[in-house]
Amino acid sequence: MALTLKQMRHVAKLARLELSDEKLTHYMHAINALLEHFETLQAMPLDTVEPTSHSIPVFNAFREDCVEEPLSRDLALMNAPEARDGLFIVPRIVEE
Amino acid sequence: MSTHYRPSIGMEVHAQLLTESKMFCGCATRFGDRPNTNVCPICLGLPGTLPVPNRKAVEHVIRTALALNCRVAPIAVFYRKNYFYPDLPKGYQISQYGEIHPIGTHGYLEIELNGERKRIGIRRVHLEEDTGKLFHYLPGESEVDYNRAGVPLMEIVTEFPPDIHSAEEAREYLVQLRAILTYLKVCDGKMEEGSLRCEPNISVAPEDSNTLGVKTELKNLNSFRSVVRGIEFEVQRQIQVLESGGQVVQETRGWSEEGAYSFPMRTKEFEQDYRYFPEPDIVPIQITEEWLESLRATLPELPLAKADRYRKEYGLSDYDAKVLTAEYDTAEYFERCVALGVEPKTACNWITVELQARLNETNLPISQSRLTPAHLADLVALIKNGTITGRIAKELFDEVFQSGEMPSQIVQARGMVQISDEEALRVAARQVIAENPDTVEKYKGGKTSVIGFLVGQVMRATQGRANPQRVQELLREELERV
Repeated sequence: MALTLKQMRHVAKLARLELSDEKLTHYMHAINALLEHFETLQAMPLDTVEPTSHSIPVFNAFREDCVEEPLSRDLALMNAPEARDGLFIVPRIVEE
Repeated sequence: MSTHYRPSIGMEVHAQLLTESKMFCGCATRFGDRPNTNVCPICLGLPGTLPVPNRKAVEHVIRTALALNCRVAPIAVFYRKNYFYPDLPKGYQISQYGEIHPIGTHGYLEIELNGERKRIGIRRVHLEEDTGKLFHYLPGESEVDYNRAGVPLMEIVTEFPPDIHSAEEAREYLVQLRAILTYLKVCDGKMEEGSLRCEPNISVAPEDSNTLGVKTELKNLNSFRSVVRGIEFEVQRQIQVLESGGQVVQETRGWSEEGAYSFPMRTKEFEQDYRYFPEPDIVPIQITEEWLESLRATLPELPLAKADRYRKEYGLSDYDAKVLTAEYDTAEYFERCVALGVEPKTACNWITVELQARLNETNLPISQSRLTPAHLADLVALIKNGTITGRIAKELFDEVFQSGEMPSQIVQARGMVQISDEEALRVAARQVIAENPDTVEKYKGGKTSVIGFLVGQVMRATQGRANPQRVQELLREELERV
């Protein structure tokens, strides 16, 4: 399968990327080349191989339920583009 | 002839898990702290940080899955759910993806309605992180508090097609689920504070149809009452839309408790596409048989099983058994009273009537009652051995509830002991008879029920320190002689 320009526009929108059709076409070719590579993998007899979400055989890296020192509020807000009364200020997304 | 419609209701419940620290970092989960004081580089999504799952949160979900009769996945995996909304600073929520490796699947929960048991299928139980809180005070901007971002959250979704077909069943499902979660001590179950949230999806279809109607999802249901009213309203609304020849629109609707109506919430610009993919920063969770068995061993007796036992072992009514087992702490209180020798029905009455009323007035949980099972057992023993009357006991109950003093000590200190001197009571009875000739005449004329009034007079004369049954006997004897 290969991606169309329409699908590229949709993916770009989902990722909130503003890209010209020219750029999108450029990336489309690059991504389609990658997808072709997966076609090769698809052709392999992999029925007996368990699907994995991770490539290393490591499980259960947990932490115990202990409270640790948080960041100070001043430090937490230091790099925020806008902050007031200890709160982050962001542009309104949805009118409720 | 008008069509009969059958509602179908799916339930999506989010439960905040009872842990000290967040899901993937060590920030406190405390409710009500000053904004952005329980945050760190991990829950703020700063670059270069790595999330590490909280073992206790994972165990809470596994135990819930077991209690809900689920299949527990041998391998569970976290996914990233990508979306752009500032309630999570990372740009994605760490969650589990649909039917792929959530911790629990294919379970069920039993409800009891009008004496009948019914199984409600559970599609999945999974673990994710809660979001931050947004405030919209000024136009054009939102304020964000990330204290809640990353708090462990469990999602429990019922089976599709739904087993629930009425608001009553939905309520009962939620009551049972809440009871189970609080018995397991995995969630405090406070709907008003948002630690237990319910989003039902509702559709209606003609009764003889074998397909389901278009569904709507309801939000802002902050109490059991809202859940019932919201669902009932939405069912009626949909029926009216269909009856008038219209079509139900698939949408998310908000519920206004004050106005008692649902309203459409703004729909998203385009269909949600969360682009789920396995969270590369967290290795899979392997749930071995040993781990599972060690957790299974920690499961308490669950509410319905307990209610069954109360009926069989203690001969309590369906109603009493249900009230006592609705909360773990109430059931525990009751069992401690019984262990201290209080007759079960007596314990039940004191707990569900007197104690519950005072707890409601003072807004205290039963676990913090100063009147403990030991106090109640002491009080009941005082009535049983004739030291005090039931009326005195109720007065004492109030006092003990406030002070936490032992009833027997108060009685002793104050000389509130019941009058057991027969002669003293007889004198009081004669006195009352002499003072109420009209009533005596009625009694003699065959209206024997007026004796209640005379008993009351004697009780008053003795400041309630007489045994009312004995007073009645004495009055009868004395009235014979008049």
